[in-house]
Amino acid sequence: MSPSVPLQEMIRAIRSARTQCEERGVIQRECAAIRAQFRQADNGGRSHNLAKLLYVHMLGYPAHFGQMECVRMIASPRYSEKRVGYLGAMMLLDEKQDASLLITNSIKNDLSHSNQYVQSLALCTLACMGSAEMCRDLAPEIDRLLRASNSYIKKKAALCAVHIVRKVHDLGELFAPAARSLLAEKNHGVLHGAVVLIIELCERNPETLERFRKTVPDLVQIMKGLVLSGYSPEHDVAGISDPFLQVRILRLLRILGHNNEGASDAMNDLLAQVATNTDSTKTVGNAVLYETVLTVLDIKSESGLRVLAVNILGRFLLNNDRNIRYIAMTSLQKIVGTDHNAVQRHRGTIVDCLKDQDASVKRRALELSLALVSASNVRSMMKELLLFLSSCPAELKAHAASGIFNAAERYAPSQRWHIDTILHVLTTAGGDVRDETVPNLIQLITNASELHCYTVHKLYRALLTDISQQSLVQVACWCIGEYGDLLLRGECQETEAVQVTEDDVLDALETVLQSHMSSPATRGFALTATMKLSTRITDNVDRIRSIVSIYGSCIDVELQQRAVEYNALFKKI
Amino acid sequence: MMRFLLLFSRQGKLRLQKWFTPMSEREKKKIIRDMTTMVLARQPRSCNFLHWKDLKIIYKRYASLFFCLAIENQENELIALEVIHRYVELLDKYFGNVCELDIIFNFEKAYFILDEFLMGGEIQETSKQMVNRSIEASDMLQETMEEYMSKPAF
Repeated sequence: MSPSVPLQEMIRAIRSARTQCEERGVIQRECAAIRAQFRQADNGGRSHNLAKLLYVHMLGYPAHFGQMECVRMIASPRYSEKRVGYLGAMMLLDEKQDASLLITNSIKNDLSHSNQYVQSLALCTLACMGSAEMCRDLAPEIDRLLRASNSYIKKKAALCAVHIVRKVHDLGELFAPAARSLLAEKNHGVLHGAVVLIIELCERNPETLERFRKTVPDLVQIMKGLVLSGYSPEHDVAGISDPFLQVRILRLLRILGHNNEGASDAMNDLLAQVATNTDSTKTVGNAVLYETVLTVLDIKSESGLRVLAVNILGRFLLNNDRNIRYIAMTSLQKIVGTDHNAVQRHRGTIVDCLKDQDASVKRRALELSLALVSASNVRSMMKELLLFLSSCPAELKAHAASGIFNAAERYAPSQRWHIDTILHVLTTAGGDVRDETVPNLIQLITNASELHCYTVHKLYRALLTDISQQSLVQVACWCIGEYGDLLLRGECQETEAVQVTEDDVLDALETVLQSHMSSPATRGFALTATMKLSTRITDNVDRIRSIVSIYGSCIDVELQQRAVEYNALFKKI
Repeated sequence: MMRFLLLFSRQGKLRLQKWFTPMSEREKKKIIRDMTTMVLARQPRSCNFLHWKDLKIIYKRYASLFFCLAIENQENELIALEVIHRYVELLDKYFGNVCELDIIFNFEKAYFILDEFLMGGEIQETSKQMVNRSIEASDMLQETMEEYMSKPAF
């Protein structure tokens, strides 16, 4: 049996291993030694051994053989052993392991230990990995501790109660009275725990929520005390007095005021006070403001207060801190449906965020911008969105394209604008649009009869520039096939005309047919378009005939079929 | 509530893991892999918030360590950043200018401190001084016991 080394030496040995293999070797040796030590009777180094095992466990190696040792250590009278034993239990045992039941008794005993630090270990472990049975078993004990102990224990008991309620919902009723009385405590740790417990109880049971509404005045008082109090060294964070507690209370107020006029009225003044008095130069102040805004927007607040809240979000949008801009946008996204006009006022800033460097901020700005498009601003918004589309990260392109299409369909001021917009999207992000875009666009073009000339000229020019975007090429081919006569006529009201000969058009279509960039579907479009032109042109029918007959022996079955069918049509003419 | 807290180095080596809901070893390993990949891939001056499944991931880098905290969707991201910061401050006060090596060689202390600050996925104590005092008292209790047993301390 090799001698076991102290914890820190073992860590050093593991770290100095140069390869994975070497590391495994060291760990195997150590684990063997630890196992041997576990089998021995009580010796002084038990806590060291378990600590070593826990370190090894964190590196990812199996440590289940330490579970029983944890159980034994927890039962030890020595604090150092209990401490590591409980830590081991939290790391190695969870409610699914059988061994976890074995520690229930130890926890029960330790909960009534004379030393509060031992009680604390038991409470912490129970709140971390207590199973439903353990919770049921120990709930009365926790309730007792909630009522009669010092603040150190009370605050831990409160969070233990939270865990118990999460595991066994019915036990909520047991803790409600104690939770209520804890609100009168002065100790911030206990208050915080009480608020968390009340939140948990209210979220699970609407009747309990009703009863706790009566506490709104008390909560308002506590908040006032925090906001208006002078500097308190114990709880101050950058000038804010206990921001963690403030945020929690605001959260509870939100739950209590939601859908309830009376409760919302009672907290109105306080919320206005917090919103105006909280210093927003540091993150911590903004954290409190953020929570306040969320509360205002979720309860039945006065319109003035709501406007104040949205304005705070507007200010957040201009903040240098990227995080603040991000959460401003997520919040605005939630209310863009209900408070549309208020959010519209900040449209300019939101659109500017499309140019932000950060991908998360960009994504949020896109969502929000799309939600803000309306009939009155569609032209300017679309300009910005199309600009965004041309330079946005790849993962956002598809979403942006479909969002633009939806917005264009809903608010297009004119058909020509609509067609232009879709063409623009196809040119910049043709590869990222959905399949139904092509038939949709064809439908749109068909319906805009006055624009056929304009459209075919535009698409022809686009085709000459770039034949890589399949959706665009398909629509262009279809258009040329359908309205080729308008293209060849040369004149066009809406756009400057270009002299296009029949050969030019057929050249363009042949280029598409022959290009390796064209997909089979695209080739199909091009071939059909070529065929259609045979009825619209006069001089080059032979050329068309020869193109079509070539594809009669094409490898692609679909193309071959079409070509053969078209050939047959020719013979009939 | 908070769901888990992970500390890992820039090379992705795990230095601390605290899970606030029961999870199998396999799930934990997968989450650790996902988190380290996601967080280490982020650009230096990005937003500190990420979305992962139905959770929000708040991460912050302190020297050579990444602190990664997962919170539920309705929680406040900005205060979560403050939670991470508070934990770093507590470690700093305890170890005196804490660095990654302190956390490696005294990992169990890092856990003890965490267990005085957070519990069951919630904040347990909002006062820095209270947490420090509790840790000091627990350490003294351990030492007293240790002296009594006349065995070397950690």
